[in-house]
Amino acid sequence: MERRTVLKGLAGAAAALAAPAVHAQPAPIRVGMLTVKTGPLASGGIQMENGLRIFLNDRGMRLAGRPVVLTVSDTGGVPAQARTKTQELVERERCQVLIGPLAAFEALAIDDYIRQAGVPIISSSAAAEDLTQRQPNPWFVRPVGTSAQCMHPFAEYAAKDLGYRRMSTIADDFAYGHEQCAGFQRSFEDNGGRIVQKLWPPLAVPDYGTYISQLKTNADGAFIGFAGSNGFRFVRQFNEYGLKGRLPLLGGMTAVDESILQQMGNDAIGIVSTNWYSAEIDNPANRRFVEQMRREHRQDPGYYSAGAHISGAVLEAALEAVDGRIEDKEAFMRALRTGRVEETVRGPIRFDQYGQSIGNVYIRRVERKDGRLVNSVIKVYPEVSQFWTYDPQEFLRNPVYSRNWPPARHLEN
Amino acid sequence: MQFWLIQTLNSLALGGLLFLLSSGFSLIFGLQRIPNLAHGALFMLGAYIGTSLLAREVDFWLAAPLAGVLVGLLGVALERLVLRRLAGNEQGQVLVTLGVAFIIADLCLLVWTGDPIPVPAPEGLRRPVFLFGFAFPTYRLVVLGIAVAAAIGLFLLMERTRLGAMIRAGVDDPEMARGVGIRVSGLFTTVFCLGVALAGTAGVLGGPILSAYPGLDADMLPLALVVVILGGVGSLLGAFVGSFVVSSIYNFGTALFPDLAYVILFLPMVLALVFKPEGLFGRVRA
Repeated sequence: MERRTVLKGLAGAAAALAAPAVHAQPAPIRVGMLTVKTGPLASGGIQMENGLRIFLNDRGMRLAGRPVVLTVSDTGGVPAQARTKTQELVERERCQVLIGPLAAFEALAIDDYIRQAGVPIISSSAAAEDLTQRQPNPWFVRPVGTSAQCMHPFAEYAAKDLGYRRMSTIADDFAYGHEQCAGFQRSFEDNGGRIVQKLWPPLAVPDYGTYISQLKTNADGAFIGFAGSNGFRFVRQFNEYGLKGRLPLLGGMTAVDESILQQMGNDAIGIVSTNWYSAEIDNPANRRFVEQMRREHRQDPGYYSAGAHISGAVLEAALEAVDGRIEDKEAFMRALRTGRVEETVRGPIRFDQYGQSIGNVYIRRVERKDGRLVNSVIKVYPEVSQFWTYDPQEFLRNPVYSRNWPPARHLEN
Repeated sequence: MQFWLIQTLNSLALGGLLFLLSSGFSLIFGLQRIPNLAHGALFMLGAYIGTSLLAREVDFWLAAPLAGVLVGLLGVALERLVLRRLAGNEQGQVLVTLGVAFIIADLCLLVWTGDPIPVPAPEGLRRPVFLFGFAFPTYRLVVLGIAVAAAIGLFLLMERTRLGAMIRAGVDDPEMARGVGIRVSGLFTTVFCLGVALAGTAGVLGGPILSAYPGLDADMLPLALVVVILGGVGSLLGAFVGSFVVSSIYNFGTALFPDLAYVILFLPMVLALVFKPEGLFGRVRA
């Protein structure tokens, strides 16, 4: 007998001896996370994993009295790979609930598999509108915002509180940028404002010089809807062209995210933005989360880590509602969708019939506080639905937000 | 009027940066007959090394060449240890450079994390200058100046030195060059080193404009490809003219026809490949 086999045998015997204790434990709940740990989206993906791990560790890796086993999968931010990894998590790892994936195009790529396999999925960052609107998936819940959910109140804030009348928009030329801008435009114009210029730089463009020099400096402000590190580069180059102070910037959900804020330095100070979260939110859950993130990762939580943390809280609430019996998929899914979750780091949330969260939307301003840059909360819009103040039926009869819808009627040349 | 002026300046500044990136790419392509697909990654590596040097309070104007030297040394190793072994197997060499590009990108992610890192412009160049009533970033004008100086330096190297003559001979006809006693394989190492060192230096010089971030490699490589295919493989003049043509097309194209940003950028490359595969000034078919 080889030594390795002997060792295995010994380990087996030891496990058998410990078996009674193991059997007293209820079977673990298997949670799968789809994230991105390689490639250009890795920064956000790693934060996602950090956010969820902090939540689970804080609960001692137990939810509703059952131990939790977390399997993290790296999709590389590639839709085809997201599909393979989802299948792997469900079929090989036998995960009972999924959290993720990071990007909307990944969520869309796995959508039909999720329906077919009937596995509950909590979307912690992918924001595409139609996932909870025109093509709702019964196994899908999203405790964070759609692309435009925060933009509706934000545009009202720009028109009413800031008194802006004429604005430009500039955003990444892909669905997330389109949807953010479209939501902003609709609500801004419904509040008496006019969008006079819309610029769409390609997603992967290293230099914004040509766009920045086209921005109308006589507008009241410019809305910037950038993802990833694009907002960071845009704001730097904007200041390089001496525009800081001449044209106020209003940021979308990820333009001045906490994860890039420290690197942005003074460039970012004064930028007003919106999100369903800010590391500055003052509630016990968030104070604890911020403290843990700073201690363990030397970083303030932002869009991705907070989204994953909130997903953990939503999972916990649903598991408690069904006494940990995740095996009853239908009941568990019902609990996920109908529960009201009081204590998430973004404040209380509940879900509409499409699985989309209704909760606080924050207006924030970048300020320096104790030597670090933070998104100070300057206004809270409570109980914001993805349909804002519009009638849901009428909202859903319109085409999905895009580059050309709603049509821009006030463009100036 | 102001629109044309400022977009012209934008084009010139971006063109300067593109030349620093693509001149080395073009030389390597011309001599070794392979597009070095790791060029964008080496540019990004240069930018990241630059951020680390600057964080250690190395002066910006020292950090740029230093990063170039380090990236150049890596280039020597890459050429000697990997590409050399695949001599004659051009397809294999191209695939290797692609693999190296991915490896470098992931190592950068590991070392410098996924967060974008700003590169401050040198002291004194951070404020915009005011020209004809509009503001333009001073540093971008300086990059343009550096690019022109580099172009002159490279031109003198290629046209007035023995090394330059050998490189030109190697580009035109490697077999004949060998025949007259030029050690072409030694030239390969020299040019590869020089070319990627330029990319590394350009990474730092581009830093204050572009920053260092994951994905910078993939953003820059296509631009270098377009420049070189348009300008002509292996031709310095081609890389120079190509850089400014591409940056002008990019700037004016995206400003005038914003919906067609990518079409405008890549259409000239497609046309060049179909109708004039040797490019504007090239002597070798791409």
